[in-house]
Amino acid sequence: MRVSALIPKYPEPETYMGHTHYCPGCGHATLHKLLGEVVDELGIRKRVIMIEPVGCSVLALKYLKFDGIQGPHGRAPAIATAVKRLRPESIVITYQGDGDLAAIGTNEIIHAANRGELFTVVFVNNAVYGMTGGQMAPTTLLGQKSTTTPTGRFAEFCGYPLRVCELLNTLDAPVYLERVSLFDVEHILKTRAALKKALLNQIEGRGFSLVEVLSNCPTNWKMTPEESWEFVKNEMTKVFPLGVFRDK
Amino acid sequence: MSRVYMKGNEAIVEGALRAGLEGFFGYPITPSSEIIEGLAERFFADRERERRGEKPMYPKFRVFLQMESELASINAVMGGASVGCRVMTASSSPGISLKQEGISYIAACELPCVIINIMRGGPGLGSIQPEQGDYFQAVKGGGHGDYKLIVFAPNSVQEMAEHTMLLFNLTDKYRTPGMLLADGYLGQMKESMEFPDVPIEEYEKPWAATGMGDRETQNTIEFLFLTPEPMVEAKTRLLQKYKQIEANEVRYEDYKIDDAKILVTAFGTPSRVAKAAVDQAREKGVKVGLIRPITLWPFPYQVYADLTTHQIDRVLVVEMSFGQFVEDVRLGVEGRAEVKLYARYGGIVPTEKEILEKIMELV
Ligand SMILES: Cc1ncc(C[n+]2csc(CCOP(=O)(O)OP(=O)(O)O)c2C)c(N)n1
Ligand code: SF4
Ligand SMILES: [Mg+2]
Repeated sequence: MRVSALIPKYPEPETYMGHTHYCPGCGHATLHKLLGEVVDELGIRKRVIMIEPVGCSVLALKYLKFDGIQGPHGRAPAIATAVKRLRPESIVITYQGDGDLAAIGTNEIIHAANRGELFTVVFVNNAVYGMTGGQMAPTTLLGQKSTTTPTGRFAEFCGYPLRVCELLNTLDAPVYLERVSLFDVEHILKTRAALKKALLNQIEGRGFSLVEVLSNCPTNWKMTPEESWEFVKNEMTKVFPLGVFRDK
Repeated sequence: MSRVYMKGNEAIVEGALRAGLEGFFGYPITPSSEIIEGLAERFFADRERERRGEKPMYPKFRVFLQMESELASINAVMGGASVGCRVMTASSSPGISLKQEGISYIAACELPCVIINIMRGGPGLGSIQPEQGDYFQAVKGGGHGDYKLIVFAPNSVQEMAEHTMLLFNLTDKYRTPGMLLADGYLGQMKESMEFPDVPIEEYEKPWAATGMGDRETQNTIEFLFLTPEPMVEAKTRLLQKYKQIEANEVRYEDYKIDDAKILVTAFGTPSRVAKAAVDQAREKGVKVGLIRPITLWPFPYQVYADLTTHQIDRVLVVEMSFGQFVEDVRLGVEGRAEVKLYARYGGIVPTEKEILEKIMELV
């Protein structure tokens, strides 16, 4: 028997185009691959319209092969609202960072969630503004250094880390809110399952779903990729507990 | 077609629906709110009809949404335009300021849509009385970067409908956003009007991000460059389009200019008052005429240039602001005639008597 016969044959990825520009060890790259896999598995690629954020993943549509729109910083949920309502047959995804979704775009995400818009949000919480060089995000941990909190984030100056899943969980409309992470294989697989569930909710017309992914930014955290995932696992999950907040 | 009696803002609603409006996204603000309310009334009446098993009156008008802000509204408009639908938003001055970021993105991405500005007094919260202080914002940019909006300036209830309809066709034709710039007076005023016959022009939108479907290539709506060369190329294409619009789409009305020695010029509400003042001055034997720009961009510079080359040496500009429109008139006149400004700001519409006096001062 030839060895190749023993290797299971996986289908060629159709959505994920096989490369990204992200820094080595960045969670965006892993997440793109997962999202591509799930879209392939569900066979929805030709129906997807994804709204890219302004952030490191602003070029996501160069790596994921489906239609999409590049809107202003934070406004993806407003764009997605119109896209889904006017093209209900499409599968609409917003992919947003923590600056994008939880600072400049807080209003848009809360109201889209509150209206129960039928699209899927992939929310990447890496506790920093990656693209602009490591400034404080609303999700930056207390004590965590950034270029705008050079001595660490203090609550008396900058308030507390903003918990998006918990905040949205006060609303009636959302059907699915889960916080996942990418720090080891087990959690990567959980993230994959969450993405699938969130997309299925849309396909089956159930309602607004958001998956918050605790990710890293080794470059701006000034850590090795390994150290950064340790930080996610040991520090971020203390402030942002993993789990399902809403599943109805 | 029969005449109807309606408010300017209602005429916009009817015009948009006749033009095949598919989606409206807005946030209330005086003096534009009758637009969002009028559309809500028709949209939800149609949903009631459907519930009763009847046919909707406006089958194309599938999405109406009162959003959480003008920011959300203009971005929803961006979404709707990106997927190839006829979409509109309406607001008044402070709300239009908030929309500027989105307008810049929409222009950059070459998306057609219609934006209504029923101008009130500014700056700041200002007043709800009519002014024309958003002229620069509408015709010179408003948002960041190099871009243009096709800007129509109606001066009657009928034109509120007609220009809205024209804007849907032209913005689709050129793949660029357009604005209807009317002062609050026009929005609130009621008069007799007739719906103009502006047939819907259907344009293919193969560029729309509708999901790949049978396409092998992605449609992405974006305007982002990592190096200068492709941006130079894309912006040059934009510029060429703007030049084409400037060459083809200038519109203005002239009145009694054939033998005029004095020219009065105004847009929107003051142009109606100015017209009456021109008639009165004519009765006194003064050779005076009127130019009323209908498009503010592209601006009818040429007609001012032509008229002031041999015929006219005095120009009276009437506008409801410190004087913004006057700067474009001066660009057209290029020093060939004396240009006087009669500026009424703060929410006061100039009267016939005042304009007549200003004309007589020029005699
Ligand atoms: C209106 C506006 N303000 C600010 C910026 C600059 N900016 C670009 S990305 C970004 C923050 C991105 O951070 P995040 O959303 O967390 O994404 P990440 O890069 O971390 O994935 C900022 C402030 C912008 N592009 N537009
Ligand atoms: S800056 Fe941070 S978030 Fe951006 S690609 Fe690099 S590691 Fe990833
Ligand atoms: Mg971030």
